[in-house]
This record gives sequence, structure tokens and C-alpha cells, in this order.
Amino acid sequence: MKKLLALGALTVTFSAAQAFCGFYVGKADANLFNEASQVIVVRDGDKTVVSMLNDYKGELKEFAVVVPVPSVLQKGQINVGDKKIFDRLDAYSAPRLAEYYDPNPCDRPKMEMMRKDIAMSAAPASAPPSARVLGVTVEASYTIGEYDIVILSATQSDGLETWLKQSGYRIPANSAKALTPYVRQNMKFFVAKVNLAEQAKTGFSMLRPLQFAYESEKFMLPIRLGMANANGPQDLIAYMLTKNGRVETSNYRTVKMPANMDLPVFLKQGDEFRNFYKGMFGEQAKKEGFRAVFTEYFWDMGWCDPCAADPLSPDELRKAGVFWVNNPNADASSPPPPGQGRIMPRPPMPGGGAQPAMLTRLHVRYTPETFPEDLMFQETKDRQNYQTRYVLRHPAKVEANACPEAKPYLESVAKRQEQEAQQLATLTGGDINAIRSKLKLPPAPAQKPWWDGMWK
Amino acid sequence: MKTLDARLFQVGFQAILLTLGVLLRDFSLLPAQMALAIASTTLTQAFWLKVFKLKDVGYLSPLITGFGLSLLLRADSFWLHPLIACLAISGKFLIRIRGKHVFNPANFGIGLALLILPGAWVSPGQWGNDLGIAVWLIALGALVVQKARRDDAAWLFLGTFLGLTATRLFYLGYSLDRGLEILTHQALNGALLLFAFFMISDPMTLPDRTAARRLHVVLVAIAAFTWQFLFYRPNGALWALLCLAPLVPLWDFLWPGKSHNWHGNKPLQNIVATQGKMPR
Repeated sequence: MKKLLALGALTVTFSAAQAFCGFYVGKADANLFNEASQVIVVRDGDKTVVSMLNDYKGELKEFAVVVPVPSVLQKGQINVGDKKIFDRLDAYSAPRLAEYYDPNPCDRPKMEMMRKDIAMSAAPASAPPSARVLGVTVEASYTIGEYDIVILSATQSDGLETWLKQSGYRIPANSAKALTPYVRQNMKFFVAKVNLAEQAKTGFSMLRPLQFAYESEKFMLPIRLGMANANGPQDLIAYMLTKNGRVETSNYRTVKMPANMDLPVFLKQGDEFRNFYKGMFGEQAKKEGFRAVFTEYFWDMGWCDPCAADPLSPDELRKAGVFWVNNPNADASSPPPPGQGRIMPRPPMPGGGAQPAMLTRLHVRYTPETFPEDLMFQETKDRQNYQTRYVLRHPAKVEANACPEAKPYLESVAKRQEQEAQQLATLTGGDINAIRSKLKLPPAPAQKPWWDGMWK
Repeated sequence: MKTLDARLFQVGFQAILLTLGVLLRDFSLLPAQMALAIASTTLTQAFWLKVFKLKDVGYLSPLITGFGLSLLLRADSFWLHPLIACLAISGKFLIRIRGKHVFNPANFGIGLALLILPGAWVSPGQWGNDLGIAVWLIALGALVVQKARRDDAAWLFLGTFLGLTATRLFYLGYSLDRGLEILTHQALNGALLLFAFFMISDPMTLPDRTAARRLHVVLVAIAAFTWQFLFYRPNGALWALLCLAPLVPLWDFLWPGKSHNWHGNKPLQNIVATQGKMPR
């Protein structure tokens, strides 16, 4: 497996969309490359709002995306959203570190504990191509924000391919094949490209996420389409927002990331935690044979503990597509402004606590061989909170002879650090000795022969 | 071998699967939930046997129901498994038409849990392909050992369901190898296999006459397929079996046949019928 992507700054977002929900269509031989895809899916009953963020890096004029959608979307069903919402969801649900400080063993009563959380996220990688068409009906066309959008229906994938070709898109040779099942299911195709004039007006240098609202009995994401050009595994992070419970895939295994263990404190420094999570995700995905979807977070959006970032406000939730949250005008009690807040457990939201949105963060690394079908989901009635949280315990600074308790304490710390190092090595498939040297632990702890001291 | 109750195979099979699943697959099932489910099915069975003064009826059936519930049902609490286990077994004794129980107990329990109780769900994708392969192997092994007994229901169901799935894939225009990949993926779904080998194959809740039994199984497979691939809802097989179960008494009425008998003892329904104690 390839490396996970470079996590960017504090909040790394994986961008999503094209890679899985459709594919990039290049108009030239530009080197199109999808890193990780990010998508928000809001669903209640058949009502669905999908937001797709892409981190397309090529020439804007060559950007285009094809997404199968269940029906011809009206203009009002399409929106150009705000990337900040992805950043907020990412920061809120990212794997996190919690820090604790051991009390000084000589100072029992002062059992204060501190804790700090550091958010991070990781992202993944890569993807592909495009499609062309003909024998196709242009059902609608709109310019929304910086995008020129057409909604197509097609009776044959060959026709669709021909049409796209004639319209100047270059698509990979196997596009028609990849499109066929969607055509036969009578799905429509949402094709968007960048309107450069409009794009210049927006003043944004990057493309903003596209959002669609529609009704469909299918609770799924069409990841297969984005595999046409895949080389190597691709990553997708999906934020699923529902009313009642945790979301999982119904046609693949959904597993929780190993979490909540103690790890060496050096993870706090620099990019260590980021690298640790990247390494661990890669190792776990490999261990599952790239056949599993990982749950990284599941919590009621009303609160968190510890919070990697503030929960989304009703206004932000609406922007994310949570259509059942009340219109935010008229509320003086909206939650605190989104800061990189981090501190202790937050009480349920101010504002009545009525934040009936549950967030499930799913992260999947897939390959064409291991994910032969599109991802199908179901909302379960599971409401047990879950987060990928790792704990750092800072030993107290104390001299061995400071008090009678000090020596046994220091011994227990040494033992604990060794365990943490081993834990880390197991999770990431890393080199235990490298970890030991980082920790300044004695290299391989010399094992006493079993008989040593036997006759004393 | 002839005298062995086929359900012994089932129990063994289920025990192996549960062990494999919990050890290797990180099922979100706690050992305590499983123990509670099995204890509850057994105690409930004992209770009703006493109430109806039934003899010669053993405890394999509640064991199978307890395992079945543990294998398929997930819950975020400890009370749900035992409650459902109790309702499932009670349903077996109380919901009877002409002396024969209408619903497969585990199927009935899971349906109830999903419909009316909070914090219950079924994770159809949790098994993973490798465990799916294991199930096929064990099932095939059991088939050989049992020399294809009358429990053709599992195979007929799988054949029909997967046949329809294959037809759909062909219709959707998948190339042969892509189609095969997807079909294999579907065929290795652990929940589907469990359903086939432990639920629909339960002869007690299928029509007595062979032809009627086959008809019913095919109907269930078609309904399951429709639910899953035309309406895109999960757990098609479970819902199909549950919803079509009330047809079984009708088939038995139209085409009477010889009741299934597990172990040469007088089957429960005959005892019940002669004693006339069981509500209809």
C-alpha cells in the first residue's frame, strides 16, 4: 500500500469526491490525480444530501466531474458549498490525542490531571479518469457558482461515452464499461466543469464542494466509477450524518480502528502523531486485506469528550446539508464560535441541546480488486459513542530517592513505557528499536537468564 | 449417523462460527450477550415445556435459536438479547396454526428487535469474505456427511437468490469477470449464508409437502432479492422469510403433507394437537 497521503497542516482534509463518486474527466492529457476523497452524506428516510469535496490540482479549465445521480436534478437541488464545513467536520471528528500527567507519587493528594487534545487527520489517495458520451439527452444545464453543469440521461453507455468525447472530454478507454451499470439502472449523470469567468469572480483559488439534494432509496456511494484509472489503493473519508444511529456498510465489513490505548509521549511532538496515524491506518488496512471500512468516529453532534474541535453549530450543520435542523436565524443561543477549542468534556450544546444529528466518520482504503461493488450503507440503531482517541501519560518528575513511593513509581513508569513502545510498534508495524531509541529507553532490555539469582 | 439428529450438526456448526467470528472477526458481540441469549432461550423453553407438560422435547431447538440470535443480532445493551430470546421461544409455543409454529424463532426474534426495540441491529457485512469461504466449506462438508438429506431448502434458496443476482448483473451489463467478482462477493456474505443454513432450512416452519416447500423457498428467495436489489434495503432474506411465514399454513392447508419429525419422537405439534392444549 502506498503511503497515506501527506497530511497537510493541522487539519488535513482529504478531498473527495471525484475519486469515488464519479470520475475526473480531463480535456487534455493533464496528469489528473486524486488524493483522498471526502464526502458528506446526510440522510433521513430517502432524503439525501451529498456534498463532495475534491482537491483537484490540475488546470481548472481541464477539470470536469461525472457523477451518477438518481434523477434529473433541478437547479434548486444543486448547491456550491463551503469547504470550511469539511474542515470543521474533519477537525471535530479527527483521531485525537488525550494527554494526562501522572501525579507526583510523593504528593498524593494533589491528584490533578491535565489533559489536552490534539486533533489530526489523515488522508489518502489517488484516482482517475473520465468518460464521454453520445445518444444522450441533455436533461438540464445550469451555471451554479463556478461550475457549468449538465445533467444527462443516456440509453447506452456507448452513447454516453461518444457524447462526452464529441464534447471534447477525454475519457479512459474503459469508461463505457464502467458506466454501463449506471445507465442500465436508469441513473442520470451529473457532469460539471469549471466556468472560468465565474470562477474568477468567486475569488477562490480552489474549487468549492458541490452539493446535491435528492430522494433515493439507495443509500450508497458509487466508488466503482472512480476506479477506472486507479493505480494503487484510494482513500475515501465519508462523514455520514443521520438522525438515529451509527452508519455502517451493509456489503463490506465495518470495523473500528484500534483506539484508546496508551502510547509513548513523544507522539505529541511535531508531526509524530500524524505520522503515527498514517502508519497505523496503513497497517490496519493492510491487515484487513483492504476489504474493510474503518469507523473513526461516532458521536451525537451535540457534544464530544474530549473535543478535538467544537461541535458544529446549527448553522454549520445546515450548510453541511442537515436539512432537519432548524433554521438558524432566530437563535441567540447558537454554540460558541468554531475555535480550535479543546479542553474538557463539553456539556451538551447550548441552544436546547436539540441537535439531532449523529456523525459517523468512515475511512476506507480500497482497491478495484477488494471492493468489487459500490459501497452500500445502512443506518443502525447503535448509539454507543466511539472515537479514535489515544492517550499520552506523562510521568511525574521525581527523584528516585525523594520519598519511599518514588522508586516503585519510577520502575512502574519504565515498565509502562516499554509497553507503550511495543503497543506502538504493533499498531504501526514499526521498528521497536527505533521507537525505543526515540524514547531513550534502554535498547532491547537485557533479559536476565531465568536461572539468574535462583540460588541466592 | 442415521440416528443422529441433524440439528446436532447445526449446533456444532454454529458454535464453530461463533468462535471463529468472535475470535477473528471482532464481532461487536460480547460473550455476556451470547451467554444471556442462550440462557434465556433455554429457560424459556423449560418454562413452556412445563406449562404445556410436554415431554420428549429436547433443548436443541433453543440452543440453535440462541446461537442464531447471537450470530446475527447486535445490540448496544445487555437486556436486549435475553428479552428477544425469550420472545422468540415464546413465539414458537404461542403463535401456532393447526399445531405448527408459524415463525422460525430466531427470525421472529430478529424481526421484532429491528421493528420495535431501540439499540438493535443486524450487520450483514460484518463477516468478511474469508469467513464466508469458511461457511461454504463447512456447509459443503456437512452436506457430504449428511448425504443430502431432505434439507434441500438452503441450497434451493441460495441457488434461486444467487441466480437472480447473476441475472441482474448480466442485465446491468457487467463484463464476465467483473460480474463474477461481484457475484462471488455476494455469495460470500456471511449473513446470507447463515440465513440459508440456519433459518430457511428449518423444516419445522416450512410447508410439509415437498413441492409446496420448494415453492415457498423460491418465493422467499424472490422476495429477498426484490427487497435487496429493487428496493435497495438491507437484510432482504430476513424480512422475506418473516413476512411470508404466514403463507405456510395456507400451503399446508391446500397441500397437506407429513409433518417433519426431527428425531423419531413424536413431534411437538402432534403432542400439542392431541393434547389440545396449545392455543391455535
